[in-house]
Amino acid sequence: MNFARLVFVIMAKDLRAELRTKEAVNASLAFAVVILVLLSFVVEANDVPTQVLGSLLWLVFAFAGTLVLNRSFAREVPNDCLDALIAAPISGAALFLGKSLANFVLVLAVELVALPVFGIFYNVRWTQQFWQLMLVVVLGTWGVTIIGTVFSALTVNIRLREVMLPMLTYPMLLPALLAAMELTGSLVTGAPINGETVTWLKLLIGFDVLFTAAAVTLVEFILVG
Amino acid sequence: MREKILYAMGAAAILLLVRNIYAIANFPPEASQGMIFKIIFFHVPAAWTAIVAATTALVCSIQFLRTKDFKYDAAAVAVTEVGLAFLAVNLVTGSIWGRVIWGIWWTWDVRLTSALVCWLLYAGYLMLRHAIEEPTQRATFAAVFSIFAFLDVPIVYFSIRWFRTQHPGPVFFSSNGSFPADWTMVMLWNWVALMLLGGVILAIRLGQEGTQRDIDYVRRTAHAL
Repeated sequence: MNFARLVFVIMAKDLRAELRTKEAVNASLAFAVVILVLLSFVVEANDVPTQVLGSLLWLVFAFAGTLVLNRSFAREVPNDCLDALIAAPISGAALFLGKSLANFVLVLAVELVALPVFGIFYNVRWTQQFWQLMLVVVLGTWGVTIIGTVFSALTVNIRLREVMLPMLTYPMLLPALLAAMELTGSLVTGAPINGETVTWLKLLIGFDVLFTAAAVTLVEFILVG
Repeated sequence: MREKILYAMGAAAILLLVRNIYAIANFPPEASQGMIFKIIFFHVPAAWTAIVAATTALVCSIQFLRTKDFKYDAAAVAVTEVGLAFLAVNLVTGSIWGRVIWGIWWTWDVRLTSALVCWLLYAGYLMLRHAIEEPTQRATFAAVFSIFAFLDVPIVYFSIRWFRTQHPGPVFFSSNGSFPADWTMVMLWNWVALMLLGGVILAIRLGQEGTQRDIDYVRRTAHAL
């Protein structure tokens, strides 16, 4: 099988496993809604500007996304599935990209449900720059997913996995989250990406490309040793 | 022999520090800042030492992944710990200076924020190491994480710089005034002293790692029997 096909097989396997139980997606979605509700106590009391709300959204995405990413490799530990996957005639890069894509689809799905909920709760007309916002959401989510999936593999066997993953992920994600926050903040107010904010778009793309390359290069060491 | 070199390095570090502190104490107060400016003679060299440590950690991590020689893993963890200590010195002295000059302990300025994020990243490295039991896995995962952290630091710095230029921060002392040549010399000598001190701590730490490896080896042998 060629590389793309292998990636697709792994992705389909992960998505199928998740959609049968829906444990990670449901937990993540419920968590996102809970945070959105909690934020209301800050937002309602202080008359927070729309721009700030758009930025807060990425904190919700990052928190909720971690719940999905935590399960990604942990799911393979019972029954020694991870050993079987590593022993299978698949390159580490294909396995990793397949898992990343599956996580990407799941995290994106949670975000696309959380977005309208956010719009309704906080009376934000987020659809004004719909396609540009989607671009930022896709790029930002890919950054979160790629780092999250690598670190999910790093933390799979350790004590306190649920704590360690966000501990390691969030500082590393800072540039991507910052860029996504800035872009989303201005897009939800209706302002399109312009000369001033396009730097953030470039940063986001650069972050995604750099860390995807680094992850694909180094993942063989993580999986095989 | 090794011990003697260590003692010699330690003695040289102490002598240099005493000489430098004497010289620094005799400098006149700076025109706009008064006495507190003298903290710079420790603040800046500590940051340089931390940068050297981070770069060395990167080289050791790459070397470990290439050779699987645990010598490099021991060097990577030792140098990261020492670097983290110096970065902490940098953050604390900076904070004390800020309290006197700006009137606040902390501000979300570019350098402060990126230094703090850098500290959190490398603290995460040590936490990750503590959480993994199996030595080979611990060394490999830590090396991968160290490479990711090093890649992330410049992006963090530039992203925060763009962020802060868009949002004006507090106005503070920003003269690019000349730093007298003899002050620069003392600063450089103080850097040498701190590097020597770091070298001594590093050597002690490396010795501990060597002992740890011996213990691991004995334990494994005992298990095998």
